[in-house]
Amino acid sequence: MKKTGLLGLLLLQGALANVSAFAQTPEGPPASEFSLSGNWFPLYNEDLPERGGGPELVDYLGLPITNGARQMALSWDPSRMTVEEHQCQVHVSPYINRSPTQLEFWEERDPETQRVIAIKLYVSNYQQTRTIWMDGRPHPSEYAPHTWMGFSTGKWEGAVLTVYTTHIKQGFVRRNGLPESDRATLIEHYIRYGNLMTHVSILTDPVYLTEPLVKSEDFSLAEYTAISWTYSCEPVEEITGLPKNRVPHFLPGQNPFLKEFAERHGIPMQAVLGGAETMYPEYQLKLEQMLKTPAKK
Amino acid sequence: MTKKVFKPSPIAPHVASILAAVIFLAATVLAEAACARQNQNPGNPEIQVLPVQGNVYMIAGSGGNITLQAGPQGVLLVDTGNVQLSDKIIAAIRKVSDKPIRIIINTSVDPDHVGGNESISKAGMSVIGGVVGYSAQDIQPGAPILAHENAFNRMNGMTGGKPSWPSGAWPTDPYSSSPKKLYSNDEGIEIIHVPAAHTDGDSIVFFRRSDVVSAGDIFVTTSYPVIDIQRGGSIAGIIDGLNRILDLTIAKQEVEGGTYVIPGHGRICDQFDVLEYRDMVTIVRDRIQDMIKKNKTLEEIKAARPTEDYDARYGASTGPWTTAMFVEAVYKSLITEK
Repeated sequence: MKKTGLLGLLLLQGALANVSAFAQTPEGPPASEFSLSGNWFPLYNEDLPERGGGPELVDYLGLPITNGARQMALSWDPSRMTVEEHQCQVHVSPYINRSPTQLEFWEERDPETQRVIAIKLYVSNYQQTRTIWMDGRPHPSEYAPHTWMGFSTGKWEGAVLTVYTTHIKQGFVRRNGLPESDRATLIEHYIRYGNLMTHVSILTDPVYLTEPLVKSEDFSLAEYTAISWTYSCEPVEEITGLPKNRVPHFLPGQNPFLKEFAERHGIPMQAVLGGAETMYPEYQLKLEQMLKTPAKK
Repeated sequence: MTKKVFKPSPIAPHVASILAAVIFLAATVLAEAACARQNQNPGNPEIQVLPVQGNVYMIAGSGGNITLQAGPQGVLLVDTGNVQLSDKIIAAIRKVSDKPIRIIINTSVDPDHVGGNESISKAGMSVIGGVVGYSAQDIQPGAPILAHENAFNRMNGMTGGKPSWPSGAWPTDPYSSSPKKLYSNDEGIEIIHVPAAHTDGDSIVFFRRSDVVSAGDIFVTTSYPVIDIQRGGSIAGIIDGLNRILDLTIAKQEVEGGTYVIPGHGRICDQFDVLEYRDMVTIVRDRIQDMIKKNKTLEEIKAARPTEDYDARYGASTGPWTTAMFVEAVYKSLITEK
């Protein structure tokens, strides 16, 4: 579910304004009366295709991507994922909640003071464990390694857990080849309403996004845990006889899937190639006009 | 705005030192005109020491990254940074170990990698020994400096016609057979020559027990790879070198961690970071090669922007290593290979 416009702006403004409040005392913040501890199941809405089987190729609709991101995605051959070192590649933290995943939250407390040092978040897909530091520690040096989940610090704002993440590896902003750079940063709000939780994320990527990307997903608190929590991945030689060190990709203008999504769904090419304009409701008027005027062949 | 809160931006207070460093750097760049290096932190000589894994640390902010291995035998360094930062580098080394500097390895001949050779070597010592028993001469000041013989020959003027460095900075122990193997601080170390990559004298260093690779300028996270064609570099060698690094690395679960890689410039990496960089360089090579096959000129290739998808991350329109220079180097390298 993509939320843009006023909601997005308000969330972004609020998040940015709150960033300064992450700088907390060395002793850490006071204990919160709120908690996300427990197991959470995904609730699918119109984002089901992305959280399930995955997006179609060359569907960049509604994403504020740069020309460079578009070029990289158009050159991305899905066969890249057959390369052994790519096979177990994990979705980065800004994207992983768009996978068919279950979450488990728990808290790690100082045994003496019972202050929350960190909130742990286990993501069943890819067996990732996120650590959200709540003790006010600074983010690492710019020279420190990047990880799939990045380095996160958090704070409670009422019933909302707000998390800031840096040091994220290069990954996908969408798993059809649209890239997210290792310079991206993420602000998240975990908003709890009783047994329901909405996760709102605001992704900023100076390399591949022209504007922040605001997304949301919903989760429900589970009363049982009869789900798969493991994801073991071992790379194998999927196709024998291929040259070592190959890098599957499409040369410019040679992507055979270029028009597949557009033609299947009757959407103008200009629209499926995305960009910030396609993210806003006003674009529907332009889209209507494009559909009335068939593109020249 | 967020950076100000989460990533404090320390500003060095020593303005005079900064100015002196900038002036020296400019002079060095002029003198080493063929060596187009991209200093990742030219105006801020803050030196950081980061633990990497096992016995190995990375010293950053010193020009090219310096790899430090410390243990009971002493300190082993891979590269020595910019010459004007030697005192700070030695101070950084002393934060990790008070043992003597015993071995220096150079990954190339670039000023930001060998600049401190002379002064940092002088701060170390050699154990020479012999078969006739102890003498005071067994322990001598000056740590030995290892490098591939092509790098040695470029520094001493055997290649290129004139010495590019004073003799005190030259490698004392050039090697020719790769890999050169040695044992230091309880681990085996392989020094691997990668022919015709960044230059013709590049080495990568593999710390087998700590499971860390020091890549030199074959792999950087701050720019496109510098292909110094005048000093024997080539795009094929860069890609071979990146694939060699991938061969050395083994990732932990979910391709994260495991073997760590210290780039010539930039942050600490693992296999996946090298993989994405290798993919990028290979894809750009393939695009330019395809256009060469279609008889496109260099100007036509530049105009086609074969690096557009990576420019915002690795490109530059100004400075010592621009995107245009990278494209031109790949083109010239491929034309030469035809």
